[in-house]
Amino acid sequence: MPVEVRIPTVLRPQTGGAAIVSYAGTTIGEVLHAMVAEHPGLQGQVFGPEGHLHRFVNIYVNDDDVRYTGGLDTPVADGDQVSILPAVAGGAA
Amino acid sequence: MLTLPVSLQMSMIAHCLEGLPEEACGLLVGDYATGVTERLVPLENVAHSALVYTVDPKAHMLADRAAAADGLDIIGVFHSHTHTEAYPSPTDVAQAPDPGWHYVLISLRDVYPVIRSYRIADGIITEEPIVSE
Repeated sequence: MPVEVRIPTVLRPQTGGAAIVSYAGTTIGEVLHAMVAEHPGLQGQVFGPEGHLHRFVNIYVNDDDVRYTGGLDTPVADGDQVSILPAVAGGAA
Repeated sequence: MLTLPVSLQMSMIAHCLEGLPEEACGLLVGDYATGVTERLVPLENVAHSALVYTVDPKAHMLADRAAAADGLDIIGVFHSHTHTEAYPSPTDVAQAPDPGWHYVLISLRDVYPVIRSYRIADGIITEEPIVSE
């Protein structure tokens, strides 16, 4: 069973409107690279210019922010739930 | 257009008042296509500031999964301006994450709180009506 990735509304135009996409992989990096291979419009939204995770995107594997679990090398297993979320911030300043 | 029932507007204002002197924030859950708000997710401002707010990413993730379980989406974000008007600041515009979202501003500058809603796309701010049904 592949890994399911939930796409935030802001990125759904790049997935043909799909809220969930599924890919096989052993790390979150493999899953995300498979995703952008199929949906190239996501490349610049998910990855920064040097191939790292984009600074305004948060990626969760189950309950864990991958920035704290090995980044793109974070292992994934069949049935894991992946969420991609935009960073949300602002304020009067 | 944003549909935001009066009961939710009252909850929003209460959360913002409780957050003083800091800015308060939260997410709107509802129907992305129609802009009908079904519920609020009041959140901690993890920036703990009177000038800026940051939504806790993990709380955002949990709110998003809960919304998905109900066939809904996160459709916007609300936050307070404690000493300025209910209008998006340059920071709000620069950091607006989704052109399809509704950006609700609550000003606590005056005696009575003021709620207004905006779309922010490509750096352009457009106010939208709030339907209080």
